[in-house]
Amino acid sequence: MRQVLARAIGGLAVIGLVAGAAACNSSSSSDDAASGNCGYKLAFFGALTGSAANLGVNIEQGFELAIKQYNTKKGSECITVAKFDSQGEPAVAPGVARNLVADKKILGIVGPPFSGESEAADPIFEEAGIPTITPSATRVSLSANGWKTFHRAVANDDAQGPAAANYIKDVLKAQKVFVADDQSAYGAGLADVVKKTLGSSVVATDKTEADGKQTDFSAVVQKVVSSGATAMFYGGYYQNGGLIRKQLTAANWKGVLVGGDGMKDPGLAKAAGNNAATGTVVTCPCSPPEKAGGTFVADYKKQWNVDAGTYSDVAFDAANVFLAGIDAGNTTPEKLNTYLSTVNYTGIANVYKWTATGELDPNSIKVWAFKFDATGNTIADQEVKTS
Amino acid sequence: MNFSGLIQDFGPLTITGLAQGAIIALFALGYTLVYGVLRLINFAHSEVFLLGSYACLIVWGLFGLDQNSATPNMVAVLGYLLLGLLAAVVISGVTALGVELVAYRPLRRRNAPPLAFLITAIGASLFISETVGVVTKRNITGVPPLIRPTDVVVIGNMHVTNLQILIIVLALVAMFVLDRFINRSRLGRGIRAVAQNPDSAALMGVNKSRVIALVFLIGGLMAGIAAVMYDLKIGVTRFDAGFLLGIEAFTAAVLGGIGNLRGALLGGLLLGVLQNYAAGLFGTQWLHAASFVLLVLILLVRPTGLLGESLGRARA
Repeated sequence: MRQVLARAIGGLAVIGLVAGAAACNSSSSSDDAASGNCGYKLAFFGALTGSAANLGVNIEQGFELAIKQYNTKKGSECITVAKFDSQGEPAVAPGVARNLVADKKILGIVGPPFSGESEAADPIFEEAGIPTITPSATRVSLSANGWKTFHRAVANDDAQGPAAANYIKDVLKAQKVFVADDQSAYGAGLADVVKKTLGSSVVATDKTEADGKQTDFSAVVQKVVSSGATAMFYGGYYQNGGLIRKQLTAANWKGVLVGGDGMKDPGLAKAAGNNAATGTVVTCPCSPPEKAGGTFVADYKKQWNVDAGTYSDVAFDAANVFLAGIDAGNTTPEKLNTYLSTVNYTGIANVYKWTATGELDPNSIKVWAFKFDATGNTIADQEVKTS
Repeated sequence: MNFSGLIQDFGPLTITGLAQGAIIALFALGYTLVYGVLRLINFAHSEVFLLGSYACLIVWGLFGLDQNSATPNMVAVLGYLLLGLLAAVVISGVTALGVELVAYRPLRRRNAPPLAFLITAIGASLFISETVGVVTKRNITGVPPLIRPTDVVVIGNMHVTNLQILIIVLALVAMFVLDRFINRSRLGRGIRAVAQNPDSAALMGVNKSRVIALVFLIGGLMAGIAAVMYDLKIGVTRFDAGFLLGIEAFTAAVLGGIGNLRGALLGGLLLGVLQNYAAGLFGTQWLHAASFVLLVLILLVRPTGLLGESLGRARA
């Protein structure tokens, strides 16, 4: 019964999207398939609505742009875009995923963008044998499930910690560092790696409650001030990060706050106020979209009338990896998955080559540092080394 | 355990703890007053505080102030502060009265059992907090930097800022005025009479309904002041801001002796300071756990709280 219900809800969610794509479906029928491996679909699976939709839309638009360009080159509606809205919710994702795997023309999936929904939906894709490339889900354990169809197009959280530590050591040249985290799997994991990498320059540590569970950080702030640290690393999310930054500034602490991609959100500046937030450094296993190669930045702007966002370029590359595979005659999900295991594709953001568990080849791992500017947005600072 | 850290930071931890404790104490008054008169824990009091924390932000927003504004000049700051306080106090007071009229009074008329009051209290609390959550899309709202903390007194590594002084002084003044009001004024005598024995008070000509409404109103006013201080100190509010602080305030009320005004002040200040010491000694992750263990220990020795439950027993 629950499954039926989940399907029904999932079905409702995609009806609108499917209806929108219906016109294309009818034109790309089997007669195209005869010429040049056409008549198939590539799917986007991720949040298009809901509170996390911004990131999902960034990714979907990068993905769709690649397919539009491919079709223009082919001179026909060769590959059709199929969009599946998971709302970014692990509870919604499985129902939507079952709808996706029911469509036998879908050869590959770009997504899911988040780790939580990946854990819920990836087993269904694995069972159906459809290869996935996620442009942004970074939970380390995702690649440890033995999924043969899982591929991650960015570095996982294990690469961020050393990068943040290197930034603190080499760029900020901080001799004394304070490290704290919010006791979450993400935050504590990240902070532990930072502590290990920095070694003896960590002068003091602390742990806070999670977002929404603590708003008064007087004690932490006092410890930071007393420790004489000139840099603080916080493993946690943007709301606590912003509050801590604000209260540090109020206590007249002049050092730099550094965090991971969980703090790469305008919400940090909203909590801290732009003045206090300015100069806060966050790392991200992503390249700045504006640094992408080729004409991507201009093409994206022309197509969607907005600037490319975080992970748009990776999604664009992920779609192109699939398209190159289909073009080479890998026209079943099984063949396409086998193709991914040996591919070595140079895209606009990175070089894509996967290990047996679906992780990016260590040589392709990239982490960038971003800085909050006076308008509360993050701007690219520099690439940091991860070892 | 980090004893040297605690000793080294003892001064700073004390002053920041006192500032946080002053806010908790003002907040705790609402719990203690209502309990003293009605023997009822008003769980919706946290949302009385919550709406106050938004009310002053809305007023400041009307003047175009947000978290990115520059700090205005002294005169303007005073004006904004007074307006913000007024807005918060009015909205919190009205909310407290509204909760009493909608959630409690109809039940009292029907002689509902105590459990029913508890449920409507939780219901009213959830209703307000969730409504605010939906309206604000569960986002945080930043506070304009009206007061830029600057050191006024520096003793060793203890920096006492203007904001901390403002919070502590305001709490003490509010408390003093309230204490006078309850102990000296005619309305205050009415409150004490109802707290002591509602039926005899009614026979003596005290309007019980009006006293109860008054008690909710006063609790709301104090929560409004606390809300403005909270906004200025923390710098952010959100739909569930009242929840955790509400639990702390309730704890402070119990610690000092629920139903006892001076107990609420003592309990609040003590809780604020002890939380900071616990965070310094064991790490911030133990902040809540340690202070609640302490609460249990104190209640084991003094089951009625540090100063006892005395609103009703105060001298006439």
